Amino acid sequence: MSEAILEQTARDLEVVAFRVAGQDYCFDLGSVREIRGWTTTTALPHAQPYVKGVINLRGAVVPVIDLSERLGLGAAEPGARHVIIITVINDQTVGLLAEVVSDILTVAERDLQPIPDVVDETVRRFISGVLVKEDTMIRRLDLVTILDQQQRHAA
Amino acid sequence: MTGREDFRSSFFEECEELLEATQDGLDVLADDPHDSDAINGVFRAVHSIKGGAGAFGLDALVAFAHAFESALDGVRSGALDLDDGLVDLFRHCGDNLSDLVSAAREGASDDIEASAHLKERLREVTVDHVEDAPDPQFEPVTLLIDAGGHDETLSRWDMEFTANPDLFASGNEPGVLFAALERFGEVSVVADIQAVPPLTDLSPLSCTISWQIALFGQATEEDLRQAFEFVEDVCELRISKSGDVIDQLVQPSNVQPGSLPEDSATDALMPDLQDFVAELSDGDAATDAALAPVSSDEDKKTAPPARATSTIRVDLERIDKLINLVGELVIKEAMLTQTMATLDIARMSEVSSALDSVKQIAGEIQEGVMAIRAQPVKPMFQRMARIVREASAATGKPVRFVTIGDTTEVDKTVIERLVDPLTHMIRNAIDHGLETPEERVAAGKTEEGTITLSAAHKSGRVLIDVVDDGGGINRDAVRALAVKRGLVAEQDSLTPAEIDNLLFMPGFSSKEEVSELSGRGVGLDVVRSEIQKLGGRVAIQSDPGEGATFSISLPLTLAVLEGMVVDVSGETMVVPISAVQETVRPTGADLHQLGIDGVLLRNRDEMVPVIDLGAFFGFRCPPQQLEDHVLLLMSNDQGPRYALVVDDIQDQRQVVIKSLETNYQQINGVAAATILGDGRIALIIDADTIMRALSAGGQLDAALDKTFRRAG
Repeated sequence: MSEAILEQTARDLEVVAFRVAGQDYCFDLGSVREIRGWTTTTALPHAQPYVKGVINLRGAVVPVIDLSERLGLGAAEPGARHVIIITVINDQTVGLLAEVVSDILTVAERDLQPIPDVVDETVRRFISGVLVKEDTMIRRLDLVTILDQQQRHAA
Repeated sequence: MTGREDFRSSFFEECEELLEATQDGLDVLADDPHDSDAINGVFRAVHSIKGGAGAFGLDALVAFAHAFESALDGVRSGALDLDDGLVDLFRHCGDNLSDLVSAAREGASDDIEASAHLKERLREVTVDHVEDAPDPQFEPVTLLIDAGGHDETLSRWDMEFTANPDLFASGNEPGVLFAALERFGEVSVVADIQAVPPLTDLSPLSCTISWQIALFGQATEEDLRQAFEFVEDVCELRISKSGDVIDQLVQPSNVQPGSLPEDSATDALMPDLQDFVAELSDGDAATDAALAPVSSDEDKKTAPPARATSTIRVDLERIDKLINLVGELVIKEAMLTQTMATLDIARMSEVSSALDSVKQIAGEIQEGVMAIRAQPVKPMFQRMARIVREASAATGKPVRFVTIGDTTEVDKTVIERLVDPLTHMIRNAIDHGLETPEERVAAGKTEEGTITLSAAHKSGRVLIDVVDDGGGINRDAVRALAVKRGLVAEQDSLTPAEIDNLLFMPGFSSKEEVSELSGRGVGLDVVRSEIQKLGGRVAIQSDPGEGATFSISLPLTLAVLEGMVVDVSGETMVVPISAVQETVRPTGADLHQLGIDGVLLRNRDEMVPVIDLGAFFGFRCPPQQLEDHVLLLMSNDQGPRYALVVDDIQDQRQVVIKSLETNYQQINGVAAATILGDGRIALIIDADTIMRALSAGGQLDAALDKTFRRAG
């Protein structure tokens, strides 16, 4: 892991930072299509608990994933201030429920640090690294894993 | 010109895609010779080209594709090692295949030398490794077709083409006919407009022009007659070899498709015709150049006889975008109406009547746009009729072809993507399903086998059945073959249904020898994967001695569905109205307890099981008191009736079907989703799945157990 990061050149990376269950997270801005306010979802039968349901995105049926629940931080109680970050991963459009979008940051890739080995396996699965910015630590999410697990569980 | 031309052009359109797939696959193989998906993809593409070419009697193409396919099959089965040299050979074959397709499209004779050379090389690489499939005896035919073209001497032909007045009325365009002659050699055409009346008397609908055509090239009189075959009865045609007609004429003019009648009308007004013709020729020198002997791509496109048509091909994505936008419009309109109701300005008659017309127009646009996508299956069925004839001729089995429900409207995408699977299924049914006439007679059946193709809408799905009255599936043979192929173990015990389903295993072919007609078992596994891609299912039902039924069940993707909008434990859902027989408000006397949580409803002297929709989906425990709920009596003719508990019925309306699978996945018991007037999504239930769960009994119990646990 550390080797991989050392090998990377000092490219700049744009990320969108947001908060989930009081913690700061981010992922690459390139995956974001738009950010919407919370709208009531339609529940899906037999879905994983972290699948909040589906919303209508200009005629498309888009599932919304509760990131808090997905990351094992407890189910979110979405209110008017919550946001849905619409992402496109592997040709699928998926909404991610977050508390608030805090910033769009430009960071050098070398600023990304690997997560320490002490962290347990479930967290390491979804977080591909951390970014220290002033006094906060931003966790970088691996979106593919988050969505991939969704598919595999439900299939 | 007929549907045949139509099918021909759609075959060539498909060929373009298949050739592209071939090239893509070969590109992948060049990097990774062991990519089995790529080799299978190339094989299927070549196989499909072969199949289509066979249907149109393009024998040279079939023969070459067959040779190519045999080599590919060798690689596929592992008998041949795909080294760089072989990839290179395959690339040449791919190019040659493309050339053959273009040649066939033009209707010209093909480059037999390159094909023969490549076929020889393919034979060399395959002969030692692959048990070659019976080589189709097509070469003699090809040579016959070619015989005219191999005459090395150029000859000059003069033709005089005098149209009957009603030439235009039959939809013919002389310019196109003349352009088609270019494949034989250099053509020059001169219009004789002496008979054209002055403008005041001119009828644009009748043709009063005659043409002198001179051709230098390789052609027989037969060829030339054939080029004018379609207009035989509306023209007079004189053909002479090496005549002198053209020299008497002023000056060669040019053929300009589509402009002849107008030009001649103008001509009639000119005092000096010859000057005018000269002027026209000078001015249009560029178009003269286009008349040079055939070779450019543009010529190839114009060469086949164009069919006068009032349809256009539109990218489906554009229509889908339109459908989404119209859907949004309808939803926004509904929201506006709601807002107006809350603001209490609905009484302002001008506003509300304007809004009413917006609503009506939006509705009409929506219907119109949806209608673009939904098309009757009839043309596809007709195409299948041809497949049946060809297959019947190839196997020597007389077949009666029956179609049922050919007015059933199905989404265009679905129709297009059903063609390949259905072709495979029908060929399979004739090749493998039907017995030989002798066997049929011995079994006490008519000599003629029957293939029935039917389409119907049921419970919000499209059902397409391919039924044959042949010998049914020979399960012992299927099983033995599957064991031989290593698909199942010798000692496995299989139910008849499981054995039948072995037919869908990749690489399975139920005939011992490779058959020219339905191929090497690419059929059924491809059929299943294609159908599944459309969100559908395939099932086999077979009775020994009675024949087999292949049933395809497809969702009505993007079609409109008449639905009943219901409330279930706080969620809004849509039940396809076609599955609802009646709605009942139960009274205590109608309901009977059975076991601990089983409830039966007495309806029309029948005891009908009651299922709570909310509990089926895991939203709640089944309600204890059913009296204040509504029961929907669900039925189709394939399974038992059942009563579905919902809380209330809101509305009955047409809903637009939206795919859940695009961004999520399939959900058991849910057919699709839709968007309601308030912009929210509602799920459309799949009544069949619930019925099957019911029929399976144990499965339903398991499902209910699971949902109880979840709800509890």
